[in-house]
Amino acid sequence: MTMAIEAEGLTKRFGTTQALAGVDLHAREGTVLGVLGPNGAGKTTAVRVLATLVQPDSGSARIAGRDVLADPAAVRSLIGLTGQYASVDEDLTGTQNLLLIGQLLGLRTREARARAVELLEWFDLTEAAARTAKTYSGGMRRRLDLAASLVGRPSVIFLDEPTTGLDPAKREEMWDVVRRVVADGATVLLTTQYLEEADALADDITVIDRGRVIAHDTPDGLKHHVGGQRLRVRPVDPARAGDVARLLTELTGGAPAVSDRGDLTCRVADDALLPELTTRLQRAGVPVSELSLHLPSLDEVFLTLTGRPTDEIPLEAA
Amino acid sequence: MTTTLTERAMPLPAATTTPTTSSFWRQAVVLARRSLIKTWRTPEALIDVTLQPIIFLALFTYVFGGAIAGGSQEDYLQFLLPGLLGQTIAMASVSLGQNLNADIEKGVFDRFRSLPIARSAPLVGAVMADLVRYLILFTVMVGVGMLMGFDPASWTGVLGALVLAMGFALCFGWISVYIGMIVRTPGAVQGIMFLLIFPLAFGSNVFVSTETMPGWLQAFVTVNPISHLVSAVRGMMLGGPVGNNVVWTLAWMAGLLAVFLPLAVRAYRKRA
Repeated sequence: MTMAIEAEGLTKRFGTTQALAGVDLHAREGTVLGVLGPNGAGKTTAVRVLATLVQPDSGSARIAGRDVLADPAAVRSLIGLTGQYASVDEDLTGTQNLLLIGQLLGLRTREARARAVELLEWFDLTEAAARTAKTYSGGMRRRLDLAASLVGRPSVIFLDEPTTGLDPAKREEMWDVVRRVVADGATVLLTTQYLEEADALADDITVIDRGRVIAHDTPDGLKHHVGGQRLRVRPVDPARAGDVARLLTELTGGAPAVSDRGDLTCRVADDALLPELTTRLQRAGVPVSELSLHLPSLDEVFLTLTGRPTDEIPLEAA
Repeated sequence: MTTTLTERAMPLPAATTTPTTSSFWRQAVVLARRSLIKTWRTPEALIDVTLQPIIFLALFTYVFGGAIAGGSQEDYLQFLLPGLLGQTIAMASVSLGQNLNADIEKGVFDRFRSLPIARSAPLVGAVMADLVRYLILFTVMVGVGMLMGFDPASWTGVLGALVLAMGFALCFGWISVYIGMIVRTPGAVQGIMFLLIFPLAFGSNVFVSTETMPGWLQAFVTVNPISHLVSAVRGMMLGGPVGNNVVWTLAWMAGLLAVFLPLAVRAYRKRA
């Protein structure tokens, strides 16, 4: 299959900071590559190199076969970039923002206007089209920003932390939007700090830490590697923690970790355990105030992959 | 929102035509229009080309004019107005670099840089939009000046002065663009530009004749580009001798453009 994104051995130093220390990235045409890592891992720098905004100190990269360094103009006509900080023009209306891009891309005014109307409709911004972007909510800005990057119908789209700073409901909305963009056939490189997000959207995940790739796998492969999902149970009566621990050990074959707050957490490979656990808890007469199945946090992923927590995010009491 | 999304699960709208290779100037004009929309939305950004020159004009005419020109404020206004034009044009260029610097900070330019357009188009567009500000400046100065009693010798002279002053502004502005590209904050742009503009504006023939100054200062004043511009504009507006000042001004314009345009574009490209 044709590679839409290929990067080998990218390095970049800013002053004393080694932002990239030899990064390889590959995305097949029509797929979503999730680049997972904490703040400062080098995700944004990698995107900026691929989008021709920053020149790497060494290494090479091609977008749909075009070399980022040798032929940046050709690369720019293929890509769409949505930055970490929605780079919409606040003093312009939604329509004006999209018109501007369309006209810069050489569309006639009428075509650019029609394209703006289509995209605003598509991103549910029609009602806000005539308002300045200053008045938009965070989620609306992200959508307008994404719309702006799609005006030229790019075949490769970079989404740099598209949901950072959005509340969970808005995040799900953004995921829907990303899925629809992908369904339309584009290749997407998405950076994120959430395994959950990469799992929900990506076909492949590359994990970056301190400018280096520390894992590259499918979401399932990666989840398997970090020990599948986490099951969390909190009995109403903390004194029953022992009973719960015994039940969990029987079911999963491993002893659960107990937190200060009285939560019991253990790794599970199989979702089907959940109904079985509820039945057994009921039978044993143990009421619980919390019972959840969730993916490991980025921190848990890093702990597994590198043997140490991420530099930026404090270890949460799990 | 989720429901409406699924209800309208249609394919991404396609661009009706593939973008053609668009000319550099059209891109610059589109970006200039963007700058003008922003100016229109924030009218206070026009203070430096409206209120500020009026205050300078009134201050120097009525407060210092009598003393400087030996009693005749009317005579001094004739002398001062063409000079102040030169000074305020230099001052008005400061906001150009400041705005560009702010745009880069906000990430708006990242988008432009990722588009298949000429790299220098966003800079050239911003300079072109500034021309409108200079036109406002010129109109306000001459208009208010005439209400105060300024009496130009001929309208052809005023028109010539306008053309020369606008051309000079477009070239001088590239200094501000360059500074805007190399410093970190809009405030720093202002600081550095004022450091540069004050000696140029006051070490000139804007407010008083060069003959009244000590010799070493005259040496600076006579090579100062603002002095050449002011002498040329003064000559055209008042019907006096212009001498080789137009030629000198044009030479300075070419020099400023040749040095600062490439510097600014290069700094813009390198800015990560």
